[in-house]
Amino acid sequence: MNAPATTAVEALPTVKPDRLPLMLLPVLALVALPLIGSASTWVTLTFAGLAMGMIIFIIASGLTLVFGLMDVLNFGHGVFITLGAFMATSVLGLMTGWTTSTSLLLNLVAVLAAMLVAMSVAGGVGAVFERVIIRPVYGQPLKQILITMGGMIVGEELIKVVWGPQARPLLLPTAFQGSILLGDAAVEKYRLISVVLGLIVFAIMTWVLTHTKVGLLIRAGVHDREMVESLGYRIRRLFIGVFVVGSALAGLGGVMWGLYQQSVIPQLGSQVNVLLFIVIIIGGMGSVTGCFIGAMLVGLLANYTGFLVPKVALFSNILLMVIVLLWRPEGLYPVGKK
Amino acid sequence: MLNHLLSGDLPRSRVLAVVLVIILAGLLLTPFIFPGAKALNVAAKICYFIVLVASFDLLLGYTGIVSFAHTMFFGIGAYGIAIALTHMGPTWTGVAVGVAGALVISLALSLLIGLFSLRVKAMFYAMITLAVASAFMTMASQFSDITGGEDGLSFKVPELLTPGFSLREAPFLGVSLDGKLITFYLLIAVTVVLFLLMLRIVNSPFGRVLQAIRENEFRAEALGYRTVSYRTSSNVLSAMFATLAGALMALWMRYNGPDTSLSFEIMIDLLLMVVIGGMGTLYGAVVGAAIFIVAQNYLQELMKVASGAATNVPLLRDLVHPDRWLLWLGLLFILSVYKFPAGIVGKLRLGAWRKRTAQPGA
Amino acid sequence: MSEPLLQLQGVHTHIGAYHILQGVDLTVPKGELTVLLGRNGAGKTTTLRTIMGLWQVSAGSVTFEGDNIGLMGTPDIAQRGIAYVPENMGIFSDLTVAENMILAARNAKRAEDMDAKRLEWVFGLFPAMKRFWQHPAGLLSGGQKQMLAVARAIVEPRKLLLIDEPSKGLAPAIIQNMITAFQELKRTDTTILLVEQNFNFARQLGDQVAVMDGGQIVHSGAMADLAGDEGLQQRLLGLSLASHQ
Repeated sequence: MNAPATTAVEALPTVKPDRLPLMLLPVLALVALPLIGSASTWVTLTFAGLAMGMIIFIIASGLTLVFGLMDVLNFGHGVFITLGAFMATSVLGLMTGWTTSTSLLLNLVAVLAAMLVAMSVAGGVGAVFERVIIRPVYGQPLKQILITMGGMIVGEELIKVVWGPQARPLLLPTAFQGSILLGDAAVEKYRLISVVLGLIVFAIMTWVLTHTKVGLLIRAGVHDREMVESLGYRIRRLFIGVFVVGSALAGLGGVMWGLYQQSVIPQLGSQVNVLLFIVIIIGGMGSVTGCFIGAMLVGLLANYTGFLVPKVALFSNILLMVIVLLWRPEGLYPVGKK
Repeated sequence: MLNHLLSGDLPRSRVLAVVLVIILAGLLLTPFIFPGAKALNVAAKICYFIVLVASFDLLLGYTGIVSFAHTMFFGIGAYGIAIALTHMGPTWTGVAVGVAGALVISLALSLLIGLFSLRVKAMFYAMITLAVASAFMTMASQFSDITGGEDGLSFKVPELLTPGFSLREAPFLGVSLDGKLITFYLLIAVTVVLFLLMLRIVNSPFGRVLQAIRENEFRAEALGYRTVSYRTSSNVLSAMFATLAGALMALWMRYNGPDTSLSFEIMIDLLLMVVIGGMGTLYGAVVGAAIFIVAQNYLQELMKVASGAATNVPLLRDLVHPDRWLLWLGLLFILSVYKFPAGIVGKLRLGAWRKRTAQPGA
Repeated sequence: MSEPLLQLQGVHTHIGAYHILQGVDLTVPKGELTVLLGRNGAGKTTTLRTIMGLWQVSAGSVTFEGDNIGLMGTPDIAQRGIAYVPENMGIFSDLTVAENMILAARNAKRAEDMDAKRLEWVFGLFPAMKRFWQHPAGLLSGGQKQMLAVARAIVEPRKLLLIDEPSKGLAPAIIQNMITAFQELKRTDTTILLVEQNFNFARQLGDQVAVMDGGQIVHSGAMADLAGDEGLQQRLLGLSLASHQ
């Protein structure tokens, strides 16, 4: 039975919020420092890792929320990344005058325009995808895996129909190219921008999730869908909204990824898929904070090991996943589903 | 006799039976009616893919598990042959060692993955196998000392199986009786044996339990079946057959590399074949593999014609471009999952069943 | 007995291959507290979930204020003024007590939007809610979680409360607290359908009583009649209830 009534009413058990996973990032960075040796190399690698992590986070956040809310795992999420990236090649292709200009403002407008178009198109296609591909197979995991995979195949082929099967260049605007010096360390400008953009997205998302009613509903829905419906809210509508926003964010991530790689291929999405799954598994399926930490860990580790032991870098993600799951079988921040 | 051979699991549709006979006859007669290396290669590919797709159906269709690591076992089989024959020379011992070694590795790996992760939900299993498979592929292309890396391994097969070997000087019905031909018929024979073996497995009491678990895991568990061990066994069996399919492929191609046996594209192809053919029917593997591989090799020709005719219609021209054949098969795949989850075979059987019930006594 | 607010007629519910409710006839009169008794597996929880639309009705009708709500979705049913406290309490443990309450108050966007007077009344019933207002609900004790679950159901006036075993697993002192709260709630003329296994608890609160067994209602009537007839209690409730106290 429970503790005596008086103490149960008077005192709240003092369980500290779980900050341990958060500590992983600084610990990883600090462990890497002596191994790398040079502080300036370390700074460069850390920024590269964070930039990569931020982009992955932006892409994966929608995926983890969609899963959390409706147990829908979209194996076709990668299509939105590719779609966003290819949209950016078209938009920036039309605005070459702006991107090759030396004016930071014009560059910025061009990139923002590309991002906005990519997000709207990816979001719009996401709405259709949800309606046509996902809704008919709610609650049937096996069919869901198959059908979203089918959506991925068809989506990738359609992208080839529109943009052709070859790689397309996606060049950084003039002002975004090159590096700046932080002490001795050269940090690519674009990586810095990615980190800032990623932090902004994370901040907005956290704010929405904690300070708005929609955010509360999403968090509540991830935890207990039935109870949210029993309180009188239509969770399906919420889900569609999250799906569309998640797709739009994947589109944004696609633009950022494409600019990072300076070129885009139709297979981009399916290549990133594995990485996304690893990140959301590490984070704890459905947890945005977990997804953020997972993405940063993946990004940092990939860059550190890529420098220290390139062969291991190819497996660093899997290794990371195995270690995390051995420590916490349900991920860093398990979402206490009922 | 036939009933016994097919383990009592007959096609149960006249059309399906005819289709199966046509496929078998087509395969057997390929060297005689479709001259040229391409046709023979297509026919051989259909054979080892029948084994591979059927083994995947064992897992997906009969047990309800989605694994994206199936090509990994296919690759292990192919690498087993490739590595053994590269190091031991073109001997039958090498073939035996390669197959045995590959089977042992597949057994250990599938057991490990199964025990660790078959307890979790279907979606986690799908994700974890996807990650494992991609790691395995990276590994295969990295350890180039053993695997030949991205370039893969070309090797010699035992003399009996080489094109240089000849049964008799004069060609028979215009076909030279060389080692390639022997390999081809051996391949068909092994395919038939393996397929019948799988048919036996799914129709055994063990196979019935698998299907019961797929239908209602909770209930099967309540009836006292240890579902995890059944699912793990199915996982292992399916991996074994996939390994053998890989070995067959390597022996036929006399080459193996990451792109021919491990790539994600093959995994996607597998999914398409098993779903379009018909999950949980095993015959679907035959139909799916035959249709898909023929389409893969000849649909493009057809689309070339269509594309040529539509040169002046911009979007249509791109949609029917020969390279976009996968688009159409992908759409067919989605349609299959929605409309006829038991695929072509299920559709045919349903039709036959309706006919039978509509005409009682007929 | 006053006019019925909720009426189930010949309700059948299947869960997968299992036929759980086999023709339930139940009337919940307006402004009264009806207790649904019965042993484990009798179908009590399924009845509440069916009313709430969480299980599909396969036959029969569920009438609320004269309308058939049997085929409606859960959100629509809730919006008609039915609140549900499930057996597992349905607390959102990652959210604070305040956030849990905001979600229960459908039109409130922030805590300030809630009816302050009503909130004070709820705090009066369950003082712990006020004390732990900004704390994560997951840190509350079992009894406090139960209080939060009930508090959520009454933070805005609802026409009907469906409450599943509020006494389950609670210490006697907390059960007493809960009884006091329900008695106060009854004074506001709220209609309540309460599932219970604890007969002592049920006896102190119930106006009407219905007993379930094998997916059907096997007895219904005034609580006073059942409470006064030990023979009937013995026959209907047997030892399973006694062992639960």
